[in-house]
Formats: sequence, C-alpha cells, structure tokens
Amino acid sequence: MNLKRIAGAAAVAAAFAVTGGAPGQAATLDDVKKAGTLKCGINTGLPGFAYTDDKGKWTGFDVAYCRALAAAVLGDANKVTFVNLTGKTRFPALASGEIDVLSRNTTWTLSRDVDLGFTFIGVNYYDGQGFIGRKSLGVKSAKELDGASVCIQTGTTTELNLADFFRVNKIKYEPVPIENNAEARAAYGAERCDVYTTDASGLAATRTTFSDADKHMVFPEIISKEPLGPLVRQGDDQWADIARWTLNALISAEELGVTQANVAKMAEGTNNPEINRMLGKEGSMGKMLGLDAQWAVRAIAAEGNYAEMFERYIGSKSPLGLARGLNALYKNGGILYSPPFR
Amino acid sequence: MPFPVPDENPRAVTDRAPSVGGGFDIARAWTDERVRGVIFQIAMIVGVVAVAVFIVLNTIANYEEAGLSFGYGFLFDTANFDINQRLIEYASTSTYGKAFAVGGINTILVAVMGVATATVIGFVTGVLRLSNNFLVSRIVGIWVEFTRNVPVLLQIIFWWLFMLALPKVRQSLSIGDTVFLNNRGVRLPSPIYEDGSAIVLATILAGIVATVAVRIWAKRRQDATGRIFPVGWAGLGLIAGLPLAVYFALGQPLAFDVPVQKRFNLQGGVSITPELVALWLALSTYTGAFISEIVRSGILAVSRGQTEAAGALGLRRGQTMRLIVLPQALRVIVPPMTSQYLNLTKNSSLAVAIGYQDIVSVGDTILNQSGQAIEVISLYMAFYLSLSLLTSAFMNWYNKRIALVER
Repeated sequence: MNLKRIAGAAAVAAAFAVTGGAPGQAATLDDVKKAGTLKCGINTGLPGFAYTDDKGKWTGFDVAYCRALAAAVLGDANKVTFVNLTGKTRFPALASGEIDVLSRNTTWTLSRDVDLGFTFIGVNYYDGQGFIGRKSLGVKSAKELDGASVCIQTGTTTELNLADFFRVNKIKYEPVPIENNAEARAAYGAERCDVYTTDASGLAATRTTFSDADKHMVFPEIISKEPLGPLVRQGDDQWADIARWTLNALISAEELGVTQANVAKMAEGTNNPEINRMLGKEGSMGKMLGLDAQWAVRAIAAEGNYAEMFERYIGSKSPLGLARGLNALYKNGGILYSPPFR
Repeated sequence: MPFPVPDENPRAVTDRAPSVGGGFDIARAWTDERVRGVIFQIAMIVGVVAVAVFIVLNTIANYEEAGLSFGYGFLFDTANFDINQRLIEYASTSTYGKAFAVGGINTILVAVMGVATATVIGFVTGVLRLSNNFLVSRIVGIWVEFTRNVPVLLQIIFWWLFMLALPKVRQSLSIGDTVFLNNRGVRLPSPIYEDGSAIVLATILAGIVATVAVRIWAKRRQDATGRIFPVGWAGLGLIAGLPLAVYFALGQPLAFDVPVQKRFNLQGGVSITPELVALWLALSTYTGAFISEIVRSGILAVSRGQTEAAGALGLRRGQTMRLIVLPQALRVIVPPMTSQYLNLTKNSSLAVAIGYQDIVSVGDTILNQSGQAIEVISLYMAFYLSLSLLTSAFMNWYNKRIALVER
C-alpha cells in the first residue's frame, strides 16, 4: 500500500517533470503564438550568414530564414528574438527549448538527426570543408600537407572530417584547436599553423578579411559534404512541417519567379496553379499547416525568395561574392530542389 | 493556525496542557521545543530529497524526450578527433574515454608544472620583497601588485600572443641546431635508447638514492660531532658525474633524435606547444604573485628576536633565513598555500581559451559530438574534485609534518 503510494507519487513527479521541464515538445506553434515572438538561434557572428548591420540589427543569410519563418507564423518578420549561440551551446539550447528553431550553419548528420533528437528541415546551403593556405608554401593540393600544422575550430564536424581526411590519406598533421573563428584567424595570421580549415563559405568570408588576400589560396579539395540547414526539436511534426515548407516556399518562389517585389501582386491570382496554391489563392495549404492562407506570401515578402536572399548576403552583391555553385536551382546546374506544392 | 503560543519554558507548557493517560498529543508535541526541532529537520530533509528526486527525474525525462539515453556508455565509442598533445598513446580511432584520459593527464601536467614553478617564483620574490635593497624590493612589489590584480584569463592570452609573436617556424631560433624555439613552441632532441642505456638510467637512480643516504648520514654526524660534510658536491658527483662516467665507459649508448627542418614544420624530437608554455607561464606567475605575499606574511610573522638571536649565535644571513626563519614561517605559509595550489589547478581549465587540450577542452569536444552534456560535466566535476582532494590531503600531511613539535 505504502510502496504503491510512493510509486504513484514518483509517477506524478515524473509526469510533472515532463510537462514542466521540457516546454513545447508537443505544440511549439502554440507556444510561439502565445509568446508573440519566434526564438531563433543564430551564429555569434559570421560574415554573410549572421552579422549586425550598421544599425546594430542582426542580418544575414541564416537570419533571413528566421525572419521569413516569423513572418509566416506570426505575420511580422520583426517578431524574432535572436539568441546567439556558439558551436557548443547550440544543441543544448535547442534541446532545452530555449529556442524554437536553430538556423546556424549546422551540418545535417545522422547522429545529430537521430541521436541528438533533432529534425533537420532541409538544406539552405550546400557547403564542403576546404583549406586555406599561403601561396608561398608552394602546395597545390591538401594531400601534400604531410607534417603541417592545421588550425581548426573545436566542437564542429570539421574536426572529425579533418581527422578522417588525414587518416585516409595516411599523412600526419598537428591539429591546433581554437575556440572561435576570430582567434583561428589570429593564429593563422601569425603562422601558428600552415593552413586553416573550415567550410568553404567560411574560408571565403575569412579571406575577405585579410589585408593581403591575394597571397592566400583556397585549395581545390573539398574534403566533406556539409549540408547546412535549419533544425528543430524532434517530436513536434507540425512545427517541423511549418519550418520545412517555409524553406521550400522560398526555394519554390525562386523557381516560379515569385519575388519580394511581385509577391503581393501574384497573390491576387495568376494563371499558374502551383503559384496560386502556394500563395493561398487556391486550395487550403495554409490550413493544413495550421496557419492562415497568406503564410507563404508573408514569408517571401520578408526577405525575398531564395535567390534574392543568397545574392544580398553571400552572393555576387555581397563582399563574400560566393558563386551559386551547388546552391543553384536544379534547373541551372545546382542541386537545389523543392518538393512540389501540391 | 490554532497552535498554542510557544513558550520559553517547556515546563510551563506541560503545566498548561497536561496529557491524559500518557497518549500522544499533537498539540503538546508541537509545543515541545525538541520535538519541534526534530519535525523541522525531518521536513527539511524531505524537502531537499524531494528537490533532488525532482531534478533527477526531470533530467531523465528530458533526456528520454530528446531521444538520448542517460549513461556513460558513450565513453566506449570512437572519438574520431585528434589531440595534439598526448602523453599516452592516442589516435582518432581511440575511444572517448581514452580522449578524456589524455585531457586529464594534460591538465595534471600543467598543474604540476605550474605548482612547482609558482612555488619557486613565490618564495624567491617573497624573500626579495623583504630585501633591504630599495630597488629590488620596489620592483618586486610593483610586479606582485600588477600580476595578482590583472585577471588570469587576460594573462593567459597575453602569454599566448607573446608566444605567437616569436620568430616564425622558418626563422626558428636555435641553439647549435639541436634546440629550436619558434612560434610553434619549443622543440628538443628526444633520447633514443640503445643497448646499455638502462644501465646509465639505473646509475642515475642509484646516485639519487646514495645522495639521500649521504645526506642522512651527514646530518647525524653533524648532530653528533658538529662537523659539516659537503653534501651538495657529493650529490653532484653521484647523480651527474657517476652516470656520465658509465655513459662513456659503455660507449655512449644513448643517441638523440634531433629535430630537422622539414617542408612545413620541424620534425623529430619532442615538441612543447606554445599553448602549454603560455598557460604554464601565466598560471605560475599569477599564482606565484599570490604565494609571494603569503611567503612575505609568513616571514614577517616570525618574531624579530629569532633573527637577532641567530645573529648573536654567529649564523650568517643566508643560514638565518634557511635554518631559523623559513622553518618557522612555513607553519604560517603552508595552509594558505594549499588553496593557491587548488586555485592554480582549477584555473588551468581556462586553457580552453587558447586551445591547450586539457580535460575541459577535450571534454567540450566530446560533449558536442556525443550530446551527453550532463555526463561530461559530471566527469569534469569528479576529476577536479578528486584532484583537489588529493592535493589537500598531501598538503595536510605536509602541514602536520612541519608542525611545531612540542616537547
């Protein structure tokens, strides 16, 4: 009798712990609506992807996605609370419910998707790990780096790829682990290491900050696949669907020619049924997602379609000047591809 | 609440509320100060246990919710990352547990090195600060005040940037092309053991043992006869001279692997990373400054009459310090020293800022790759706790040994 009562009390405590301790496992959408703001985890600062503009406002390619999602869910692209996270703090922050969505150059891997209990909702940038080194080294390929010192940011998949690359090629190296990008640049600048390795987009961003940029080269090898994308907690499929289809809407908008400038006009109706379905003129896609009919219109109006966001922050109109490459639409030789709005 | 007003005098309460038939009376129990105390203590314990149970259950529930399993099994998974300073065998194919061990040993290494040099720095500067030479005492005073009042993290970064400002690897400073110094650290020749080298090493050990024996004998003889034996010279001969003689007699069985300049780096020999040097310098000077003040206070705590009496007996100044003042000062110095040693050990976790791969740096990577946050943090705590308790135990033993023996 007594034991039973204790067990009962423990069960109640456990149930309370679940509901009290892990907020929003079931209905993130309701929580976001109730809070009136979307808590979005972003980088602590990476040129092009997440940085503050001259007015101190967070902006960038990863930030733009947060705004589009807030516009779709809350109707206002400015209703976002940005939470700056390092490579190490990002996962606990998402798991504990401190943020609703993480949009921070995060590589989609099996262990993160499965073991850490997250759901990746798509890829917004196809990246790969590369090396930057001084031209004076006379090295043409990363495979010639036997015995080199390599600067690397700790706590990232790049650390694992690096170990794999040197192991597979049976060459030795000295890893020089560094806490953040700025310190890694300082160490590389002081020649503490011969090469610096991170995602190719990050290398391009880093290279722009050097005063003698033309004395450095990015090696041709890309040693890993780094599909970067936003992610949410596992277990709330509705919220994952909203996040996934907001990203898909931005990509489809590029494909269908819907832009920030013409989205309002197109929402009034076009002769393309897919555009009409996406923008809520036909069908009830918004309702299926638990949103209103105009969700995609607002998402696209926030920062434009995928191409507009890309060009503005990391593409040809930005200091980074990255080429679309793999991130072009499948029609244009890339691998960017959104499932249909049907 | 209709409880009777508590009374200072328990007997008065008993008088007011007599119990009938000796049965248990709640109102009466409540007014009994002792019983009430017990009730409150039980309530307190129940409360603490309930909070602890809630935290544990909540954590486990959250872990399950996130699809993670709580436990230390992940320590047997493959680490897949490299560590640049490893005193035991480790490769990226080793386990997380092994990686933890490598990090832990790196922490212990820098802590032991730091404690040793901080003690030397502290004693030397502490004595110098009391010097009669105005210039010496003032310079040391300024250094102490500066060093102990600047945050240690800044000092670590300062020394790291200092190391990075050393000549680049292709312009290494070298001593006879055997020892190299550059901004990738220090590279020393490493010994290669050939046949017969064990005999040389054994001779060194034998020399150390013999020196200790000579010292004990010399002290006994001095106590008995007052005659002094030059232990220092004898020790030098036994520890350095004898092995050298054996080394040459056996035809130089020890060779050295001398570093050579290769395409990217020096190769061969042993390398000491600039991160280790920077951390070591920062920790030992920072803690050394505190120890310096402790030593100064310890010396000042010894009555001036002791020095004067030693002078009257004809002891020289060095002897007075070594034989009279310091042994008495040590009793004041040792207890606060313990906490300085503990501080140094714990401060070494700031290594993460400059990429020295101590237990925290390695553990953070493990945490990030495995997602087992609470387990990793608990391992940190267990590690630092046991290291600190070991240090304390040793220092308490030493403190007891040097305590004033009263007859």
